[in-house]
Amino acid sequence: MKNNKPNRGLALMQRLALAPYSVWSVLFIVVPLLFIAYYAFTDSAFHFTTDNITRFFTATSEVADGDGVKLVRTYLVIFWRSLRLAVISTLICLVLGYPFAYLISRAKPKTQGILITLIMIPMWMNFLIRTYAWMTILQDTGILNGLLGLVHLGRVHIIGTESAVVIGMVYDYFPYMILPIYSVMTKMDVRLIEAAHDLGCSGAGVLRRVIWPLSLPGVISGITMVLIPSISTFYISQKLGNGKFYLIGDAIESQYVANNLHFAAAIAFILMVILLISMAFMQRAANKRASV
Amino acid sequence: MNKIIELKNISKSFDGEMVLNNINLDIYDNEFLTLLGPSGCGKTTTLRIIGGFETADVGDVVFMGERINDLPPHKRHVNTIFQRYALFPHLNVFENVAFPLREQRVNKNEIKERVTEMLKMVALTGFEKRSVTSLSGGQQQRVAIARALISRPKVLLLDEPLAALDLKLRKDMQQELKNIQKAMGITFIFVTHDQEEALSMSDTVVVMSEGQIQQIGTPIDIYNEPKNAFVADFIGESNILDGVMLQDYRVSFSGHEFECVDAGFGLREPVDVVVRPEDVDIVPEEKGMLRGEVTSVTFLGVHYEIIVDINGFKWMIQTTDYEEVGAHIGLYIEPEAIHIMKKSEYSGMFGDYSSFSMELDELSDAESELGE
Repeated sequence: MKNNKPNRGLALMQRLALAPYSVWSVLFIVVPLLFIAYYAFTDSAFHFTTDNITRFFTATSEVADGDGVKLVRTYLVIFWRSLRLAVISTLICLVLGYPFAYLISRAKPKTQGILITLIMIPMWMNFLIRTYAWMTILQDTGILNGLLGLVHLGRVHIIGTESAVVIGMVYDYFPYMILPIYSVMTKMDVRLIEAAHDLGCSGAGVLRRVIWPLSLPGVISGITMVLIPSISTFYISQKLGNGKFYLIGDAIESQYVANNLHFAAAIAFILMVILLISMAFMQRAANKRASV
Repeated sequence: MNKIIELKNISKSFDGEMVLNNINLDIYDNEFLTLLGPSGCGKTTTLRIIGGFETADVGDVVFMGERINDLPPHKRHVNTIFQRYALFPHLNVFENVAFPLREQRVNKNEIKERVTEMLKMVALTGFEKRSVTSLSGGQQQRVAIARALISRPKVLLLDEPLAALDLKLRKDMQQELKNIQKAMGITFIFVTHDQEEALSMSDTVVVMSEGQIQQIGTPIDIYNEPKNAFVADFIGESNILDGVMLQDYRVSFSGHEFECVDAGFGLREPVDVVVRPEDVDIVPEEKGMLRGEVTSVTFLGVHYEIIVDINGFKWMIQTTDYEEVGAHIGLYIEPEAIHIMKKSEYSGMFGDYSSFSMELDELSDAESELGE
């Protein structure tokens, strides 16, 4: 009974302390989400409609196919392309980032600090500037081809290809893959690795049976943090892909610019639902693995 | 007995600081050998060199006649039980124990059979599916033992495995480890800073200090015949006094001549004299070889620990008879209770209980002041 009063006081204090954050999240997260959903399911006169949603799945356009033309579902094609490029970029980030994160986590603390800072520095620069920098590197008369010419390796045509878009995405989102994996790996108990060696594992065995499964939470958050922004990216494809690879982010942007707010909201809404579902699946798969 | 591991002239430095200085040690088949010493004495480094986790700067590690300096841990027939066990948190009890067998691609039925048998031995039957993080310290310890023994290593290394357990559990596990070692017939190399643990479990105790081996011997040898003041002080309690060897079997210390059982020292050679607290008899003052005043008494259950001031040197005496603080008593010491050691770098550093009694002195002073 005696304890009741101070406890209640403490609980009240806690609630008060949390209040600004609650207000913040309602104001800037929940309300905007509701607006998106509201716009997605209404027409320009704000009457309920599912037209915007169905338009995403049914709108068609003609594309050149050999001599003739063929009819495709516009937004599904765009979505599929975005997904494909995002998955490729994410995989490249993972394949490059995982060993790198491991090596950093095994370096001396001082070296670790320097390397992590170096990885983060590009993030402090505006991403438009980074993208323009890649344009000058990848152009047909750009830095890359200049260097290749110097060593007589011939020229490559990259700008305006999917590869250029992927390079841009990998560069931009690489730190988001490394950091979560690195942070899991630095916390890993070195004795577990020693124990695995002791119990008969070679280097590859230790990696496969101990380091990889224990770093999985970092891998999953790395994948999430790269896949989601890269699937909805828009500017990179316009600049590095010469606008040839219209992505879902570009679609949202152009609908918005054209003042089709309701359809832009619908695309955003659908993208969000798909991402939420796939994230839920990934989390479940990870939990399942962790509990085995 | 066959030598299974030989350490030859092993030295090792970390960042210019020498942690092992010319270690030579033979370890035999079926032996329970303990590396004993205070923290920083190099015992864990020695163990890690045997396990293959560190490489010696100088010297050789020989395993069954073969030099294995450069053999990686996974190729050595040596397994380790790590401090705090290092169980794999992503695997359940069964999979932790099966871990080495899966690496050796043992077939499924045999894995099941061997893991089941091993879990039975460590009394963890029925825990197969449990997550290791849900186990108590003692249970985790057992999983670690099962995991380390399942691939039938020739030698098991144990790095302070009992340090995290409470006293009662530790005693039980000591007995259990000893039984397992006998049952499996393999060599255990055990690292601890707990001298009682070392004495009760080992066939051979290796006492280490400052990167060097101070003494190798059976627990009884180490206790009864310590080589120098460090060993005498580290193993059990000792009164260590400056003495002079008068002739064979005669030594003088604390202003009195004693008969003793040691010989072979130079004439009038200065020596360190060890008298264990439990080997001193208390007699009436006039009958004592030495006389002094009791300065503190501590009750420890089985016996009292009494500090006696004799000519300014504080002796510790363990006795079942109660003596009052301030009482004047005599000490009687049998020749067998006197152990003579050569002077060493550790002479004069240990074996005087003045610091021990000083705190108590202050306490009793405060008390008497209050009384006035």
